Amino acid sequence: MKRTLENIEDQFETFQILNEDGKIINEDAMPDLSDDELKELMHRMVYTRILDQRSIALNRQGRLGFYAPTAGQEASQLGTQYALEKEDFILPAYRDVPQIIWHGLPLYQAFLFSRGHYHGNQFPEGVNALSPQIIIGAQYVQTAGVALGMKKRGQKSVAITYTGDGGTSQGDFYEGMNFAGAYKAPAIFVVQNNHFAISVPVEKQTAAKTLAQKAVAAGIEGIQVDGMDVLAVYAATKDARERAVNGEGPTLIETLTYRYGPHTMAGDDPTRYRTEDLDSEWEKKDPLVRFRKFLENKGLWSEDEENKVIDKAKDEIKAAIKKADEYPKQKVTDLMENMYEELPAHLQEQMEEYKAKESK
Amino acid sequence: MAQMTMIQAITDALRIELKNDENVLVFGEDVGQNGGVFRATEGLQDQFGEDRVFDTPLAESGIGGLAFGLAMQGFRPVPEIQFFGFVYEAMDAISGQIARIRYRSGGTQNAPITIRSPFGGGVHTPELHADSLEGLMAQQPGLKVVIPSTPYDAKGLLLASIRDNDPVVFLEHMKLYRSFRAEVPEEEYTIELGKADVKREGSDVTLVAYGAMVHSCLKAAEELEKDGIQAEVIDLRTVMPIDFETVLKSVEKTNRVVVVQEAQRQAGMASHIIAEIQEKAILHLEAPVLRVAAPDTVYAFTQAEEVWLPNYNDIIERVNQVINF
Ligand SMILES: Cc1ncc(C[n+]2csc(CCOP(=O)(O)OP(=O)(O)O)c2C)c(N)n1
Ligand SMILES: [Mg+2]
Repeated sequence: MKRTLENIEDQFETFQILNEDGKIINEDAMPDLSDDELKELMHRMVYTRILDQRSIALNRQGRLGFYAPTAGQEASQLGTQYALEKEDFILPAYRDVPQIIWHGLPLYQAFLFSRGHYHGNQFPEGVNALSPQIIIGAQYVQTAGVALGMKKRGQKSVAITYTGDGGTSQGDFYEGMNFAGAYKAPAIFVVQNNHFAISVPVEKQTAAKTLAQKAVAAGIEGIQVDGMDVLAVYAATKDARERAVNGEGPTLIETLTYRYGPHTMAGDDPTRYRTEDLDSEWEKKDPLVRFRKFLENKGLWSEDEENKVIDKAKDEIKAAIKKADEYPKQKVTDLMENMYEELPAHLQEQMEEYKAKESK
Repeated sequence: MAQMTMIQAITDALRIELKNDENVLVFGEDVGQNGGVFRATEGLQDQFGEDRVFDTPLAESGIGGLAFGLAMQGFRPVPEIQFFGFVYEAMDAISGQIARIRYRSGGTQNAPITIRSPFGGGVHTPELHADSLEGLMAQQPGLKVVIPSTPYDAKGLLLASIRDNDPVVFLEHMKLYRSFRAEVPEEEYTIELGKADVKREGSDVTLVAYGAMVHSCLKAAEELEKDGIQAEVIDLRTVMPIDFETVLKSVEKTNRVVVVQEAQRQAGMASHIIAEIQEKAILHLEAPVLRVAAPDTVYAFTQAEEVWLPNYNDIIERVNQVINF
């Protein structure tokens, strides 16, 4: 009797290009990015880190609603998104707001989403994405559908979706990969393994050594990537995208990462389940620090450059929150209008009642 | 007697039953070391060990299936669904399987499972966290559905639920978790499932409610008293099965009824309660039975929540309608 598990698990090595010191350790895998593109990637990571800090502050002031911090995960989030084309479709989870912002969602709408305002989810024409999913795993099965649709229409695009390490336990996770695999649909399944699902460590989530190996049973390609290395994440996604649009089927990408902050801003206390040692171990791997070193060594980045991005981010965030503040508040009658294409009689009646209430 | 919040009363009940019955197992997402996202299971893993109180992988269908299987092994599982809006993920496990095993096995197997879950509006949660889905559960024969409104009731009802040999969905309104403290005996006691409680006596109108709406009814009753209207407030406590005996007795006394639910108006508990009242007591009624409910949209998470949720003013308005009919 031949046993296979060990052999399979051992094949999943962590793909890395840039090490913690900002040195290229895998020259062959270096993606084809111009200096400007490299700088743009850094720009986006710095900007997104500031956005996270401001969002946390705004939340504490009661000016934002639901917010799931992103610091630490910039390389995983932005490296994958940067490998996409405009026509690619993103199915994000609640933490994946940065990806849809960089895919074109105006910032003030991201803030409105946080406040639970439906206008936050009224994406402008050409922003190919869904609003962030609250139900863990739902977006994974939906991705198979979006990708199959693209294939049926002969489009050269992909559907990309995100979940966390916890999300890989949902049935939807397997169903999504399996469906997309069965149809050889152009899908990319990203798992940002930040090692915790709220308080539950990934070791309690599964007996599997890696999450990437979960691709094997679905018969699709799987890869584990250093999720703090933006170049590796970018290269892996670019490769997955290319194979997908060439009809070679879906890929599962596991990125190893960490969220520095609490799970969300709704009362989570990470000190109950994580140690300071672990926090600082991961902070040493910071995606911005190592990419900054790399760019500085190439003479492509400076403090001055970074400050310019920070100022720009702060200004734009300020303007966006102002615009969100000015947007008319959501009313119950707005919800009614969005329940059906045509308002049924019983809702018509309720509409009158609530219009009267709201005009008081 | 101790002063406890509802969440403390729930933890207390869990602790008592974990101690009493070695077959009781408490599990779910983040219930172990973290003590649950609302701290309902705080300290229980430390006290009883990981064998008895444990985290599950993140999958509600898995949690439901695990509970079912453990029940077949003679355990008395008390799983938690982190927020009740996620119950859709576990619908087959609960309604398709757990609720049916007694019937399916011709009474030879049963599932003594108590599924605990927070729900309810007014605490600014994101989408699919606050929805009132008790109607969905109550529509499934084989399930009991319990919704406490006070710390005292929560403890007694939870102990009764865990000891019940049929599956119980035990819904905990988030707004009530820490909003007030009340006297709760330290010793164990149970409150019979399927028995309503008259939370306030009155002779002019009957208010039927459960969960957080019981408190809105009590507030409305106080206001109404200033106008000389004595409202009786019935807390159903168990919405399946319903204690119609208590409800009908009150109707015969007051002849006027308003049924209050936080859930949307469409196809809800209130419709069921009103149908039963008119079938059994129409000749005692001086006015149509009216409803207070939320509008028929998805839960208005975060924005417009306060307008969307039924409140005591809505109750007063309806009471005045049935009084002046
Ligand atoms: C179906 C469902 N179950 C539970 C939750 C509650 N919940 C929100 S986030 C979370 C943990 C998710 O962990 P992971 O998938 O690792 O993603 P991360 O938050 O770490 O990015 C849980 C249990 C939910 N939103 N949806
Ligand atoms: Mg995680």
